[in-house]
Amino acid sequence: MGQLPPHLELQRSRVSCNKDAPIHTESIQYSGAYASMGIDNSSRLDRFSNNFRVEVVRLNEDDMEFDMIGIDAAIANSFRRILIAELPKMAIEKVLIANNTSIIQDEVLAHRLGLVPIQNDQPNEKNTIVFKLHVQCKRGSPRITVKSDALKWLPNGSELVKETRNATSDSSSKPETYTYFCCSQETIPEFVKNPIIPKYPDIIIAKLGPGQEIELEAYAVKGIRKTHAKWSPVATAWYRMLPEVVLLEDIEDDLAEELKSKCPVNLFDIEDLGKGRRATVARPRACTLCRECIRGDDWEKRVALHRVKDHFIFTIESTGALPPEVLFTEAVKILEDTNA
Amino acid sequence: MEHGSFTDNSAATFSLTDEDHTIANTVRFTLNQDPRVTFCGYSIPHPSEARVNIRVQTTGDPAREVLKDACQNLMLMCRHVRCTFDKAVEDFKASNAVKAMKIDSQDSSGDDSEESE
Repeated sequence: MGQLPPHLELQRSRVSCNKDAPIHTESIQYSGAYASMGIDNSSRLDRFSNNFRVEVVRLNEDDMEFDMIGIDAAIANSFRRILIAELPKMAIEKVLIANNTSIIQDEVLAHRLGLVPIQNDQPNEKNTIVFKLHVQCKRGSPRITVKSDALKWLPNGSELVKETRNATSDSSSKPETYTYFCCSQETIPEFVKNPIIPKYPDIIIAKLGPGQEIELEAYAVKGIRKTHAKWSPVATAWYRMLPEVVLLEDIEDDLAEELKSKCPVNLFDIEDLGKGRRATVARPRACTLCRECIRGDDWEKRVALHRVKDHFIFTIESTGALPPEVLFTEAVKILEDTNA
Repeated sequence: MEHGSFTDNSAATFSLTDEDHTIANTVRFTLNQDPRVTFCGYSIPHPSEARVNIRVQTTGDPAREVLKDACQNLMLMCRHVRCTFDKAVEDFKASNAVKAMKIDSQDSSGDDSEESE
């Protein structure tokens, strides 16, 4: 298998970002694209497996940044779409309000509760998580703010009793509640280790004046973001292609100083040679492609901006329910399953 | 759902319900890589309706087989991505742990030398 001539290789593997617009943005996927030159463009699985690499740059509890090298934009975009829209997560869906004498309307309160992120591991679809909120502001005491740490998890299920229409029901029978749990959720081992709480305890849910009270029960279920944004497990996820800055000719002395001062993110460094100074590209990854370095006369001949088409810098910011690396593996699993 | 002709197996349009660009673009990409495929493309007839039409034309092989192979390939690719990613995360965590230990041991050895003086 031969190599493509350099200008075609540039066209195939890099997006050229010119002053007005980027060119060569589409990826040459067709297997017979370079057949006339005798190059086989079809990708076989072994070639992909050999070339594909992942490098993690930053990994915190809440966000991570990593590089994927050797993959195509179509697959990278699918991962991004699945991360945002199709990963299941728990969020409060039904709210049974027993008492609400605050100035926040019922539906607004329920909406706010739905948006509170809940921290837990992978829950079962059959499990509903029940929370209770009971806050009262006594007369004569100052106003209180209801924060999300007031949401208490009820492992035994609902405590509100259903009204039975049957007036002759036996008073000794167990009162019916709104959920039927065959055993307390506390006994499930994963819940013993991590009790379910809202992720951030200081989210303001409501404010109460003296004499007002809120008593409600909230049921959290699993859902995906396609139905409603509260079920989104990531705050956001995005990717960009690796920028590449190429100096087409040697830039020396005054021009080098000018180039260094132009760039807002300090990409260029001045190298001191014996007889003069020369500009070098120090941090291409930080380039935001603002195109400042090619603005002005003649600069386009000296500096070329490209993006590498198969090197993606992914950033995932999680809302806290699951750590970001778990989110990514789940997203890949979902893509696998839909294909099976 | 597949719309094709009974005589010619090599060209067909597959209509998938409840799907969108997420699946369709990746399947189209893997189909394109297959040397048996002469044409492949996808379209979404109306954005309010979750339906995707994928058109495949091959050099003689039945289109259904080619589509199935493409899906298989995609699955294997995903599996490989997942393995590589898991390994990379483990390596990163391990190297971070080593760095943290090195910093700790440097601090403690610095304290020792101060105490001895």
